[in-house]
Amino acid sequence: MSTDTQASQADSPTTSPASARPEQRWRGVMSDGKDDLPIDEQRPLRREARALLGSLLAPYKKMVGVLLVAVVIENIARLSVPRLVQVGIDHGVPPLTRDGNAHDLLVVVGALCVIVAVQAISRWFFLRQSGRIGQLALLELRRRVFRHFQRLDVSFHDKYTSGRVVSRSTNDVEAIQEMLENGFDSLITAVLTLLGTSILLVTLDIELGLICLISFPVLVALSIWFRNESSKTYREVRESAALVIVQFVETMTGIKAVQAYRREPRNQEIFEEVAERYRAINERTFRLIAIFMPAVKLVGNIMTGVVLLYGGWRVLHGHMTVGVLAAFLLYLRMFFEPMQDITQFFNTFQSATSALEKLAGVLATGPGIADPATPKQLENVQGAVRFDNVRFGYVEDRPVLPGLDLEIPAGQTVALVGTTGAGKTTIAKLMARFYDPTSGSITLDGTDLRDVDQPQLRRHVVMVTQENFMFEGSVADNIRFGKPTASDAEVRAAAEAVGAHHFIEELPDGYDTSVEKRGGRLSAGQRQLVAFARAFLADPAVLILDEATSSLDIPSERLVQRALETVLADRTALIIAHRLSTVEVADRVLVLEHGQVLEDGAPADLIASDDGRYAALHRAWVSSLA
Amino acid sequence: MTAPPRLRSEPAIAPIPTRRRRHTDLLRLLPYLRPYQARWITMVVIAFVSLGATIAIPLMTKAVIDGPVEHHDQRGLWVLGTAALGVGVLEAVLWFIRRWLVTRATMGVERDIRKDLYARLQILPMSFHNQWQSGQLLSRIMNDLSTVRRFLSFGLVFLLLNVTQIVVITGILLAMYWPLGVVVLLSIAPITATVLHNQRQFTVLARQAQDQAGVVATGVEESALGLRVIKSFGREDYVYDRFDGQVSELFDIQVRKVRLQARFWTLLEVIPNLTLIIVLGLGAAAVGSGRITLGTLVAFITMMLSLVWPIASLGFLLSMTQESMTAADRVAEIFDAPIDIGDGPLGQPRTGGRLQLSDVGFHFPGGDDEHTDPDDAGWALRHVDLEVAPGETIALVGATGSGKSVLTSLIPRLYDVTEGSIRIDGTDIRELSLPALRSTVATAFEDPTLFSLSVRENLTLGRPDASDEEIAEAIEVAQAQFVHELPFGLDTRIGEQGMSLSGGQRQRLSLARAVLARPKILVLDDTLSALDVHTEALVEEALGRVLHDVTGLVVAHRASTVLLADRVALLEHGTITHVGTHGQLLATVPHYRYLLAADDELDDGASPDPVWDTDDARAELRCGHEVASGAEEACRDCGAGESSETGREVRR
Repeated sequence: MSTDTQASQADSPTTSPASARPEQRWRGVMSDGKDDLPIDEQRPLRREARALLGSLLAPYKKMVGVLLVAVVIENIARLSVPRLVQVGIDHGVPPLTRDGNAHDLLVVVGALCVIVAVQAISRWFFLRQSGRIGQLALLELRRRVFRHFQRLDVSFHDKYTSGRVVSRSTNDVEAIQEMLENGFDSLITAVLTLLGTSILLVTLDIELGLICLISFPVLVALSIWFRNESSKTYREVRESAALVIVQFVETMTGIKAVQAYRREPRNQEIFEEVAERYRAINERTFRLIAIFMPAVKLVGNIMTGVVLLYGGWRVLHGHMTVGVLAAFLLYLRMFFEPMQDITQFFNTFQSATSALEKLAGVLATGPGIADPATPKQLENVQGAVRFDNVRFGYVEDRPVLPGLDLEIPAGQTVALVGTTGAGKTTIAKLMARFYDPTSGSITLDGTDLRDVDQPQLRRHVVMVTQENFMFEGSVADNIRFGKPTASDAEVRAAAEAVGAHHFIEELPDGYDTSVEKRGGRLSAGQRQLVAFARAFLADPAVLILDEATSSLDIPSERLVQRALETVLADRTALIIAHRLSTVEVADRVLVLEHGQVLEDGAPADLIASDDGRYAALHRAWVSSLA
Repeated sequence: MTAPPRLRSEPAIAPIPTRRRRHTDLLRLLPYLRPYQARWITMVVIAFVSLGATIAIPLMTKAVIDGPVEHHDQRGLWVLGTAALGVGVLEAVLWFIRRWLVTRATMGVERDIRKDLYARLQILPMSFHNQWQSGQLLSRIMNDLSTVRRFLSFGLVFLLLNVTQIVVITGILLAMYWPLGVVVLLSIAPITATVLHNQRQFTVLARQAQDQAGVVATGVEESALGLRVIKSFGREDYVYDRFDGQVSELFDIQVRKVRLQARFWTLLEVIPNLTLIIVLGLGAAAVGSGRITLGTLVAFITMMLSLVWPIASLGFLLSMTQESMTAADRVAEIFDAPIDIGDGPLGQPRTGGRLQLSDVGFHFPGGDDEHTDPDDAGWALRHVDLEVAPGETIALVGATGSGKSVLTSLIPRLYDVTEGSIRIDGTDIRELSLPALRSTVATAFEDPTLFSLSVRENLTLGRPDASDEEIAEAIEVAQAQFVHELPFGLDTRIGEQGMSLSGGQRQRLSLARAVLARPKILVLDDTLSALDVHTEALVEEALGRVLHDVTGLVVAHRASTVLLADRVALLEHGTITHVGTHGQLLATVPHYRYLLAADDELDDGASPDPVWDTDDARAELRCGHEVASGAEEACRDCGAGESSETGREVRR
């Protein structure tokens, strides 16, 4: 066992237990909340968010242009319908009543039919295409975010938590979906109407028109206020949604323990608190909208009233005709109507921007374990591993490995033995390049692990841990995870090799039996066997087994051991196990303490020494066998 | 330490009515509005009043122009103009009030349903959880609830407003000149047809989209939780391809939805416009023949123009309605999922600790369609009989897949027996309330789960009122002293959102937790597997003391663990074939020897699997026989002392 206290902040007890809120005390203390996250999520990333949106839409530049034309045509058509109807009444009907001449009317009706057809086609085209582009952008975003999370290294994920990953990839993406689905339609329509009518207003009557434009600074000021306030709250909305999801995912992942230990009430308490926080922050954003939107409406209505009064007064004094005033008022209404759409869009946009900021933050975070620009090719991997003065610690100034030198010739099987915290798992993880050493180097066949790209490395170095995560799907699917191209026969052979075949055959549907959520259908021992089969199928040059046999019963372990003897014969292996029976498979045993090698030798030689640690350990083990 | 709150017993969702319709589940969620009834009704009323203001403003401006301005009435202008201004301000104020009110009401509804849904998910049995994708649950508790909320706060109100507006305007049109009014009325037919036709398709697509969003969420969650395994094997591409398939599917569904919506929304804009053209034509003819005045036609058409928007927006509103109905269906599915494992009437924990399993059978629910024959496979356990006296400890030994873990999860009723019964002190455990049962039985699982809480809280899960001494004692028993070295000691937060611990550390905490719960029945499901030999020996010694006072059921893979028990039950293919002391079984049951023999050398050919080294095996077996004959006292001696070790040395 090792790497106990790998969680970061451990060493900086800046917060004392007492400073936690009293009702929260049972939740326990971390260090200062904010720094826990590997990304600084407090910093606004507005520009990055916009850049991300731009890059998502960039491939569709041309289509966006076409859509712009379509929406302009559509709006012109829409706005001209009432105008044409008016023309029909003014110029079409009088000749009809006069002498039954329907010609003009028919022309208007014909024109109307054409216009409505144009409107329909352009509208349909726009909805369809803009919807499609929105979905394409969303698809691309989902892919990018997923890929990126997969690329980020283990120590990032240690701190970021799975719930937050889920929250970013689902909830935040959906916030953007809302904007892409409906946002642009209303925005473009609104802006066009706004521009058109404001030109009309000014040309109709300059004085009144300019008075109307006074409302602009007010509206701009309102918008700036809303933007500043809402971007703050929306950022919190995203974060508290993440907290709800984190709590939810954690509960559902551990539901068995939750129920067995009557954990439900406390969970409910935590969940209600985060749900309440989520509600409260949402309510705050809605309150901002509740102020912002009516305020815009108020400006519009006051403007209408002022124009009515002042315009009326001017008409009374003969500075203006009634007709112009009537028309002016009509357009003024048209001017303010789309303002609501714009504010609505603004709101969705703000919400989406916060989500985009979060995602841009994630996408901008480079993996701590990066691939080199020009990766070296590993050919004919023999499996010689060398640790050269490797220093490493999860937390600064608490080194787990204070400078390890270790040479494992190709084909050797090495067992690591030592107490909790000795650094065994750390060595394993460094070898699998889950982490990079702080200083020193680790080489495979003389090539530094950092000079090789990860897909290549992982083809040759595979680690099996006690975690044994099972993916949704059948038992065969889970074994095939080791080598996706494997045939059924290969899967079966791997299962047979590790002695898993027998129990799998007895499952209701054999290899096709669903493992159910997180492998709930299987026992821990069975999951370990499946994980083993997986590793055998992967067939790497270097195999790392970290406590991979702990839950096996003795016959299974024996089978695995037998399989190991053949399988490990020509490959390098690193084995960490408490069961010394597994250790005895090894050619060489390393006894570790505080990251340093205390004993190093063949198992038999170490046992032979009288006062050696391994000898003592072995004695204790033998006596435990009864 | 404050006592945790009780779980809410019943969610507020209405029961399933006898007649089920498309909107049933949405209506069933309405009781959640009850606490906010006053607000919500006020909000709707205000919405209608402000609609009045919205209609009044253009009428008033018209009145100002036609009246005072036309007739040079300066006083009238001020009065009417100011009134119009006043109405304008009033409208904005009403908007503000409506939005302010609706916020609290609907956000409250969303939170309340969310809380109830979470509570329900915690109650639902393991059989439910094993079969539901986690992402499906997540997409329900997040997306679907906010869809329902949006509908309640916005969609429903505007649907009501728009329909009212359409009805009122149509009524006015009919009153103005009924033949043209009838034309407008007739245009409702194609609108309705479009709506109905669309609804069918949209419902299907909305459901598909929401379900697929759940699948995608599951993919994301798996990739996050299984990240270390994915990285170990370098399978990022494989997992990505899988995810890509899921999101592409979602994309396809969404695009189909977009297409349908594009068609539907366009039609809803076109139909009123076409009607307008017809009305213009017919109206003109009517004016021509002198049946109506030009003024009436102008008024009629102006009125009609105000119909276009409410009808066109129906498209959007109806889509929203459909989506929230689907969301409500999906939420109701969880509330309606059967709670197979419910409380019994007896609320008092048992005090004796006699555990009886009679003719217990279990097979996993679902997936057994092809196995209708009751004697066929699919049974994880069958005909299990076992009696454990109070204070006695039984070790459960069996090969991988023999049903040990399943058996242990039957006792705290994580699953219910399919047949037969389990009794504690003569009471069927199904008669007990779950809290009573689960405080009688404590289990330490093979895969220990820690929560993102302080160490203390993690330990006292089963017994929140434990004193510091008791906690210290449990830590001692489980050899979990490392907790004192954590940065904040017992107050350090552990679990995913806290400090990460190694497998062995987690197991020890899980064990301490079970011990601290002071159950009458302690179930240990291979809890020591990740411990090193030294620690294991220390834990076993301490556990021996603990198990002295309680009834114990210990799943064991190793002889050392078996020695904690008074008797051993051998589980083969889901049934108990032998019960006896370790010595007896070792002496008489080859399969048992095969299972517990320390290593290769012990194998004497009793197993179906090949034999390795017979010479050594026989030598070791002799030791085994000695143990068997000398009963377990001798066995303990053999285990604790140096005898076997020296024997080995000699052999070598």
